Order: sequence, then C-alpha cells, then structure tokens
Amino acid sequence: VRLFRDALRDLTPILLVIAFFQGVVLRQPFPDLERVLGGLVLVVVGMALFVKGLESGLFPLGESMAHAFARKGSLAALLAFAFCLGFGTTVAEPALIAVAGEAARIARDGGAIGAEQAGGYALRLRLTVAASVGVALVLGVLRILKGWSLPGLIVGGYVLVLALTSFAPRTIIGVAYDSGGVTTSTITVPLVTALGVGLASVIRGRSPLLDGFGLIAFASLTPILFVLIFGIVSLGGR
Amino acid sequence: MSEPSLLRTLRDAAAATALDVLPIALVLMVFQLLVLGQRPPNLRRILAGFVCVLVGLTLFLVGLERALFPLGQAMARQLAAPRLLGVAPEAATWQDYGWVYAFAGAIGFSTAIAEPSLIAVALKAQEISGGALRALGLRVAVALGVALGTLRIVTGTPLPYFILGGYLVVVVQTMYAPRAIIPLAYDSGGVSTSTVTVPVVAALGVGLASVIPGRSPLLDGFGMIALACLFPIIAVMGYATLAEWLGRRHADKGSKGESR
Repeated sequence: VRLFRDALRDLTPILLVIAFFQGVVLRQPFPDLERVLGGLVLVVVGMALFVKGLESGLFPLGESMAHAFARKGSLAALLAFAFCLGFGTTVAEPALIAVAGEAARIARDGGAIGAEQAGGYALRLRLTVAASVGVALVLGVLRILKGWSLPGLIVGGYVLVLALTSFAPRTIIGVAYDSGGVTTSTITVPLVTALGVGLASVIRGRSPLLDGFGLIAFASLTPILFVLIFGIVSLGGR
Repeated sequence: MSEPSLLRTLRDAAAATALDVLPIALVLMVFQLLVLGQRPPNLRRILAGFVCVLVGLTLFLVGLERALFPLGQAMARQLAAPRLLGVAPEAATWQDYGWVYAFAGAIGFSTAIAEPSLIAVALKAQEISGGALRALGLRVAVALGVALGTLRIVTGTPLPYFILGGYLVVVVQTMYAPRAIIPLAYDSGGVSTSTVTVPVVAALGVGLASVIPGRSPLLDGFGMIALACLFPIIAVMGYATLAEWLGRRHADKGSKGESR
C-alpha cells in the first residue's frame, strides 16, 4: 500500500499540472485519453511492484555484499564487484531504457542511422552508459581508498567533457548530457550509496558523509564522457 | 497506426525486461557464491523480489510507451500550436512561447515538491541559517532548470553554452561552499529526475523541437534533463553558502562583544 502511494506521489504532481494546462489553458480534449489512462495505471502498478521487488530482493542482497566486500575482499575482487554492480544496475534502469529508446527513434527519424539499426543503437547506447557507470564506480572506489580530492576530479572530468564536446557530432551532445542525469535514479543510487558508505565507514580516516556520496557524482559524470565518445565512434566526428 | 494487442505487447516487453534484469541478477549471484563463498540469506524472499522487479518493470515500460511519452508529446504539440500562440509559428519569436515555459516550470516545480531528498536538504539549510531560509527557493531552482531547457529549444542556443556556463558556476561555488554540503549538492542533481519525470520531460523536449519551426529533434530535442540536473546543484550550494553566511551574521549579532 505504501509503495502504491509512493508511485502515485511521483505521478500525481505531473498529472495535476497536465490536467491544469489541459483544462484551463488549452481547453481541448486530450487525444487518445482512454489509452493514456490505461497506460498510467500500468505505470503506477509497475512502479509499485518494481520498487517492492527491489526492496525485498535486490537492496538487502546488494547492501550486505557491498559491506562484505568493503570489509574483507581483495582489491581486485572489490574493483570487479564495483564495475559489475554499476554495469548491472544501469542496464536495468527504467529511465535509461526510456531515454535510449527515444534517442534511437529520433536518430532514425532524423536519418542519422538506418531504420534497421535503431534497436541495436538503443542497446549499444545503454551498454555504453552501463559500462561508464561501472568505470565510475571503480574510479570512485579507488578515490575512497586513496583519498583523492573529489572536487578536483569532478572539475577535471568536466574539462574533459567540454573538450570532447567540441569534437563530438552535434546530434549526440544533448543525449550525452541527458544520460548523466538518467543514470542516477531508481536502482543505481541506493546500491551505489550502500557501497560507498560501507567502504568509507570501514576504512579509517574516511567520513561516510564526505567520501561515501561522491560515487554518485562520478556516476553522473562518466556517462557524458562515454556517450560523447560513443557518438564520435558510431556517428563520426564533426 | 495499427497496434498490437495489449497482451502481445506485454509478452514482448516481459521478454525484453528479463534480459535487462539478468545482468544484475547474475552479478549478485556469481559474486555471492564464488567470491564470498556464502549462500545468500533468505533466498526465497530474494527470488520473490526478482519476480516483482521483472513484472513491475514490464508493466512500467508498457505504460511508459502508452501514457508518459504520448503525454509529453501531446502537451508539446498543443502548447506550441498556433491557436495558443496567437501568431503563425513561422512568425513567432521566443517571447510568444510563454505557456511552454510556464508548463515546463510547473512540471519541474511539482516534481521537486514531492521529492524527499530535496526536503532533507532544505531542512538542513534551514537549520544552518537559523531559520533564515526556507525550502521554497530550492524548488524554484529546479523549476527554472526545466523551464530554461525549453527556452533553449525555442531559441536554439547550443546546449554546450548553457552547460559550460552552469558548470563554471558550480566550480566557483565549490570553492566557497561549506564542505559538508558539497557531496549532498552534487547528489541533489539527480533528484529532479525521478523515473516518472524523465520520460515526460524527454518527450516534451523532443515534441517541442519537432513542432517549433527551424528546430530539429535530433539537434535540439535533448538536454532538458541535463539542465534540470545542473540547477539543483547550483541552488543547493548557493543556498548553503547563503545559509551559512546568514547564520554567521545571526550568531555574530547574538554574541556581540564576545571574541570568537
């Protein structure tokens, strides 16, 4: 019941805004209303089940493993786990599936890629982002272990982003910047935060608050870099 | 446009979803068994959880296709329609799209209202500043980010300018903001992008770019989510810096004469 309420809480404000604009500003009937309403019911039920499943299955398992690895695993195992965790969670991220599909559709309609390539394009885009989140976690874990400064790395990362932006095909830039925000939603954040906080609380001299959270900041930076590179490789440079 | 039946759509989506969830399931299992060498505790609960994730993700994705994408695109189409603009689309300048900005801002604002982590940040800032600052400013910032994204699509200004400017501000702010707030601030970039908001905002952007003359969805459709992520970071840090400054001034006044 609580989960349905949470899913509704995410959705209601948006629906209210849309309803307001439909009713007051536009004053015209919404096209295909029945189908949209049916779809909304699916969205709410789906979100509730999804989050319920995450909370009862994935999160406890992921968290206990993150703690176990942080405590005793060898460095290689820890890094491998961090990469796989980032990769696996990102591939299943609903918001990323949505945006990658939309990006592929637009690229096809705009003629940047062939019609038969659209499905593969979306998948490759998602795998690229997933790999980038994996790399972000490896970097983030190394940072926590070595105590590198977070702002320095972030600023360096964005300088790289800006440099790559000038080479990348213009059609990929928007998608690349967006994918940075997309990866940090439902699944990835709780698991990744658990890993970071677990690590920081085990290693002496690290504060969970300062060091633990930096992982997410990396996870929203590297997708931009990787997708820009993906664009240069698959669509050609400017 | 003929459409496959709901059942068939669901079946196809379920198959695709199974593939999506497989990697993380494998990762957790393999590492648990091989590297840690333990059987996972309460296996049955975990399996039930995975089934829930599968079914939930499937339903969500089908609903997304049927509801959230069409919603965003239909709103974009209707808000940029000549009837509402009052002028021919070709003659419209950026000032004529007022309702588009209002709608985008309202979407951003309404998402921010419901977001628990934003509320937590706001409470913390309120505490530091001794009650001088309230949570409203933060929400307005998220709303501004989304609205600015639509403005960019309407005017066609290249996205990198916005991002470059934004991150320069972030870098400068990072040097002055209280240290404890920095990780929180970077994290809050993700809060404005809940799983429900992202598809609606993405569809809105693509829809706008395809309706407004002279814009191509390929070049201008994306980027709104990026801006919606950037602004909360700026807002939270600016907010915390201001809160700290106000709090210090407050404290100075309270302890006048005492040297500290």
